[in-house]
Amino acid sequence: MDGHGGQERQLFELGRLVKAGLTQPLGLMRPGGVGRILAVQSGEGDIERGLLEMGFVEGACVEVLHHGFLGRDPLAVRINQTMTVALRRGEANAVLVGPLLDQGADTRSSTGQEARLS
Amino acid sequence: MTAGTLAAEGFRPARIALVGPPNSGKTTLFNTLTGGRQKTGNYPGVTVERKSGLLKTPGGHPVEVLDLPGSYSLRARSPDEAITRDVVLGRQARETLPDALVCVTDATNLGQHLRLLLELRQLGRPLILVLNMMDIAQKRGCQISTEALSRQLGIPVVTTVAMRKHGVRDLLGQIDALLNQAPAGDGVTAISDWVEPSPDAIRAHHREVERLLQEAVVREGAPEHLTRQLDRVLLHPVAGPLILLALLFLMFQAVFSWAEAPMDWIDGGMAGLQQWLSAHMEESLLKSLLVDGIVAGVGGVVIFLPQILILFLFILLLEDSGYMTRAAFLMDRLMSAVGLNGRAFIPLLSSFACAIPGIMAARTIAHPLDRLVTILIAPLMTCSARLPVYVLLIAAFVPATTVWGGIGLQGLVMFGLYATGIVGALAVAGVLRLTLLRGDRQPLLMELPSYKWPNPANVLLGLWERAKIFMRRIGTIILSVLVILWFLSTFPAAPEGATEPAIYYSFAGLIGRTLEPLLAPIGFNWQIAIALVPGLAAREVAVAALGTVYALSGDEGAVTEALTTTLAQSWTLATALSLLAWYVFAPQCLATLAAVRRETNSWRWATFMFVYLMALAYLAAFVTYRVALALGGG
Repeated sequence: MDGHGGQERQLFELGRLVKAGLTQPLGLMRPGGVGRILAVQSGEGDIERGLLEMGFVEGACVEVLHHGFLGRDPLAVRINQTMTVALRRGEANAVLVGPLLDQGADTRSSTGQEARLS
Repeated sequence: MTAGTLAAEGFRPARIALVGPPNSGKTTLFNTLTGGRQKTGNYPGVTVERKSGLLKTPGGHPVEVLDLPGSYSLRARSPDEAITRDVVLGRQARETLPDALVCVTDATNLGQHLRLLLELRQLGRPLILVLNMMDIAQKRGCQISTEALSRQLGIPVVTTVAMRKHGVRDLLGQIDALLNQAPAGDGVTAISDWVEPSPDAIRAHHREVERLLQEAVVREGAPEHLTRQLDRVLLHPVAGPLILLALLFLMFQAVFSWAEAPMDWIDGGMAGLQQWLSAHMEESLLKSLLVDGIVAGVGGVVIFLPQILILFLFILLLEDSGYMTRAAFLMDRLMSAVGLNGRAFIPLLSSFACAIPGIMAARTIAHPLDRLVTILIAPLMTCSARLPVYVLLIAAFVPATTVWGGIGLQGLVMFGLYATGIVGALAVAGVLRLTLLRGDRQPLLMELPSYKWPNPANVLLGLWERAKIFMRRIGTIILSVLVILWFLSTFPAAPEGATEPAIYYSFAGLIGRTLEPLLAPIGFNWQIAIALVPGLAAREVAVAALGTVYALSGDEGAVTEALTTTLAQSWTLATALSLLAWYVFAPQCLATLAAVRRETNSWRWATFMFVYLMALAYLAAFVTYRVALALGGG
């Protein structure tokens, strides 16, 4: 498990990405967009737990596959290339996504594609 | 005393609960394990289905296997997940704590599914991990070391292919081993120290799963491609909704055209039975009860079995293949406009066959308000029990012509009735969400599982269940209503020198005539009023009741002539249209009201549903009747 130092380093890393403008909420991504989850945070604890239970956890790789035909809502998101989950934009915005290849090689989750944020 | 010795001494079989996330193949494994020896019932107080089956392990232990509702976590979000949690923790009323848990996971999705296993392991109960769908994982080149996994977790790990019965022997062997050395003197009846995992606890479980997979996965499998390719079309913003519409159209088309032949057979069979009874029985009250009351009435209802089964066949196929969640995905935005969840699409679609399974299916909707609205509008979906009435009235009053170059007018009217129900349901949902049932928009978090070929055994078992429920309804509610109706319309007999038909003087006639002033403003005569009385218990009975009313009216012609002709002659068009409008909304099904009561755990919402539907029905019939009269339909 991450020690105290690990958490600090993560926070520092997060701040760097946010400053560089390389992060965005999952809800703003378009189909085809891929990235790695940096943070899952919602004002409502239950939504945060629901997202975590469905696999939206820090470090997981996400790819937006589809959106609905009205108002581009809901989204279909593939997590770690295995499970596809449908969720609405509102909840998706509780998931902060950064570039895919920034944190080094995790072969399990990487898709081999360039990090594309749209 | 171990669970094994308990069983051997004849106290009770050992109890094994199957727990697993949705789409892990848990139910298929359950079907494979227990075959036809299943018992389905309900947990007390809710309509969550309780499925269990008995079997004997190779080691001779009698075992009761319990199939618990699929759940991603013990932190239950919906009523059926709450059942899983409560049974696993020994909190469920009238359920003893299972002697062992079997956690069923999808071998191709271990990254997500092992988290539930970690939650279960914390409970400290005897536990077996099943890696199901191992064949698919292997086909994708995935290699998992069960030894490593078992060593890391400290529990037995078995691989299975539930659909082909692979690995079931291993599983039973492990169950035997557990039961032989079950924690002696276990004596635990409930787990009291369980707390809901916090967000950080869930994150910790995710990290632990990562670590386990690094130890146990020898080779990664290739990601699945077929589902991606299919979804590219089926979830396409333009093609997706069109395909959904086409599928629904095909489904309703099939319900009407495929069912024709079997319906004719049933019809013929019932007519033959009636003739045989008429020819071989002495003229008596019993004969009247059998021929006019029971055979005619039951025949008029059994005839809808083929349509119900075809509708459910489609629903089960769509569900088992994984398409149903796509439909929910496509419909979510549309339904959220009236405050509903996309998931409500599934129960509402089932309600086209029958509102009761629809109301039961609403239990998968996590949020109580969403669920309540779905339950309250489910009866507005045109269930198959309305069909007899629709078919009869349309045949009698709508000419079989075509309009706009080839569209049948009768079919168009039928479509209009379905559409009215749907629009009415959406409007009611919108109004409820703005008034009585106000609340936040609830999240949609729904797995879109990989597509797979539907499992024939699962589908057939599902159909068998539906047929049983329907036939049981006929054997209980409908049959007793028919007997009561026959009694009410036969006694007392007409007085000497009566001018009106005999039924006019019976109890039924009395009730009908009492109700007549109330129903006159919407154009109903006393015959309809009589038919509506039993129709309140089960709407399909109304056709049989109309048959009884007109057949027993002493009018010789009515007995032999088709009811269609009789109605066309004795009712005005305005009356017929008014009755159709009434039928779109009226709450005429005791079983549905009972299901709502059970599901919401109070008579309050059942009463509310009855009152609001009744008011809507009266209003719709009134407006229809008056408009039709004004346009010359009198």
